[in-house]
Amino acid sequence: MLSHGLSAIAKEDAGWGSPWGSTILDASPLSLRRSLPSGGPPNLQGLGPRRAPRACGTAVGLPANELWNYREKAGAGLYSVGTLARTRLSMSIEKARQNQKQGLSGWGRSYRPGREIRSEDLVQASSHVPLCRGLGRSYGDSSLPASGDAVTLGTTLADRILGFDEHSGLLRVEAGLCLADLNRIFLRRNWFTPVTPGTKFVTLGGMVASDVHGKNHHVSGTFGRHVHSLLIRTGAGQIVHCSRQEHSDLFLATLGGMGLTGHILEVVLQMEKIPSPWIYQESYRISCLDELLEMVRATAKDWPMTVSWVDTVARGKAMGRGILFVGRWARPDEAPPGVPKPRPTITAPFDLPSGLLNRSTIRLFNQAVYASHYKKVKRGYVNPDQYFYPLDSLNHWNRFYGKRGVTQHQSVIPHEHAKEGVRRMIEALAEAGTASFLTVVKDCGPEGDGVLSFPREGVSLALDLPIRDDSPAVIGRLNAIVHSTGGRIYLTKDGLSTAEDFQAMEPRLEQFLAIKNKWDPQGRIRSAQSERLMSHVVRAPNIG
Amino acid sequence: MKAVILGATRGMGRSLSRLFAENGHDVFLLGIGEEELQASATDVKERAGGVQSSVRVGYAVCDLEHPETFAPALDAAAQELGGIDTVVVTAGLFATQERLEQDLEFTRRMLTVNFAHTVLFCEHARTRLLAQGGGTLCAFSSVAGDRGRKPVVLYGSSKAGLSAYLEGLDHKFRSQGLVTVCVKPGFVKTGMTEGLPTPPFAGTPDQVARDVLVAIEKKKPMLYTPFMWRWVMLVIRNLPRMVMRKLGF
Repeated sequence: MLSHGLSAIAKEDAGWGSPWGSTILDASPLSLRRSLPSGGPPNLQGLGPRRAPRACGTAVGLPANELWNYREKAGAGLYSVGTLARTRLSMSIEKARQNQKQGLSGWGRSYRPGREIRSEDLVQASSHVPLCRGLGRSYGDSSLPASGDAVTLGTTLADRILGFDEHSGLLRVEAGLCLADLNRIFLRRNWFTPVTPGTKFVTLGGMVASDVHGKNHHVSGTFGRHVHSLLIRTGAGQIVHCSRQEHSDLFLATLGGMGLTGHILEVVLQMEKIPSPWIYQESYRISCLDELLEMVRATAKDWPMTVSWVDTVARGKAMGRGILFVGRWARPDEAPPGVPKPRPTITAPFDLPSGLLNRSTIRLFNQAVYASHYKKVKRGYVNPDQYFYPLDSLNHWNRFYGKRGVTQHQSVIPHEHAKEGVRRMIEALAEAGTASFLTVVKDCGPEGDGVLSFPREGVSLALDLPIRDDSPAVIGRLNAIVHSTGGRIYLTKDGLSTAEDFQAMEPRLEQFLAIKNKWDPQGRIRSAQSERLMSHVVRAPNIG
Repeated sequence: MKAVILGATRGMGRSLSRLFAENGHDVFLLGIGEEELQASATDVKERAGGVQSSVRVGYAVCDLEHPETFAPALDAAAQELGGIDTVVVTAGLFATQERLEQDLEFTRRMLTVNFAHTVLFCEHARTRLLAQGGGTLCAFSSVAGDRGRKPVVLYGSSKAGLSAYLEGLDHKFRSQGLVTVCVKPGFVKTGMTEGLPTPPFAGTPDQVARDVLVAIEKKKPMLYTPFMWRWVMLVIRNLPRMVMRKLGF
């Protein structure tokens, strides 16, 4: 209903009136067409994955019955040129449609039934939706509708910059603005987001909801620390301004609250003035896990940005070898002239077979990466895109994992257990016979003030795991290790943890749910993830 | 360029105004809703470089349903930008054929806005541009106007009229320096088409905006965008009636 109203009264830009609507129903192959009874409408369910009646109603505006009658009449000249052309064309269109997976998915490509509606006017459109969704870059089911909910509100059309103060650096934006746009606009003016995640294809609203952290977490904390205030539509329907001074409970629960405390409509954040739009980077080749963890901690003292790539497949002494990247913004006197140019991107054109990324191929890949850093130390000035978002130059890289997709397991482990915890997790992967394609280790600073925000002091380990039949079991084992070391997991990456595991690791959940219930007493805002992890509170005292 | 864009707060108009400003052109936004216009003007200005940028951005209320707003809005634009040389119309109304058939009042509004008032606005713009020796008038028609089709009987007819007007205008006044660009977008994923099933070759507003800017710079009289629609419509325009009648679109 909502989307209808919107499209009908929207000021238009171009015109095209649902041309494919009626072809869709005409898409049955000839054989099927002939075998149908000539009387009443056939059972549309019988057409299996083809269009359901709902879609016909929306698209063509006729009840299924009438549409079918029309078809019968049109079908009189069954073998006329027109019919043949129509059937061929509609069949190929239908085939193309079926190849698109139905429903919505996160970056890990696990699909859920549901649809996204988009609107430029979030204030109006958010009044009756159960969940908002940005660019869908969370891996699991954070941005997917709970069972029974049909829609999520896509925010990406609401992407305006509503104000920027050149003196204070305060920026006010609509929640759907993409970080890539923000960087493009502000980098050349020597302003940058104070915290950036590992991809620039996220919305600002999503960055708040995930309370993202970056390579500078040990210095700058999470994104939430730099958020000044928010405009939120709560589950009860009110529009609320909140900040650390005003409705601070709602504000702090929203940082890292996975969009469950209310729909984020606008974000005011403190931008960071940078000395130049270039990064000075050093990278070190490191030969074993212990050295890597020590170096990660040691370099954090001298460098504002650190991150390391780890080879989790190498055996014996080489286990946990890797490359450590440290960096800082370049000073104006040393930076290359001009503004960094956009890097060329390539697109993964199709799904690779699902089993292609396995221990053997990942081992080969890791050896190549490690060997390519044949110097012990490299230094240089690089484009921030290359430094912050190396994977963004490959569009749709999740297609490498095939149709089954990928899940990520990111955890943070307190320093005192870090070596043991990371080692045990790497060993658990080896035992399960699986491997992480891209493994990232990072030193995290003190915890922020988001009620359910992920990072805490310790070592963060992110593992990219191809989905297999045993993936839930593997995730369960990893969670047990995290729990036993007193760590926690990152909801934005998670799609497979159980409620028991999550709640055992997350003593803060009760406080979070209390705030959520205060602002959303009827529990209107929910996601597939909240349904999976938070809908029923279980208390399993010990899962280790 | 000194461009006036009607319908600049939403969809393709929004993308186009941003692109103009990012390329260093002065932009004047026309649309409905003072607050919306102000928000969009701030957005366009920041994208052009903010306070340090020399790009001028202004706005005024102009509603295609109210022809009396046309002249004052265009005058305000000319005054603020110090003359105008490009006028773009992206605004219009749309609804599905089903809804239009049931709601004749909305059909009247749609036909009036998309054809009669858009033509009137273009006439206002034309006289102003010709008076200063020429310029570019670019209006958004639609592929829906190329052929009478079942799902867009009413909407398509309004766009067919507009396309014919724009073509005539280009023939008559190009020698006097007035270039007319008729943009025919195919299916573009905007707020207007939200909720409709997405066909193949669907475009994005940003993609359309880039094509339109090139067409304006190259003074092309007609533009199909995204480019595949040129070939799709070539086929559809040439289908015999007996085939067209059987087809669903």
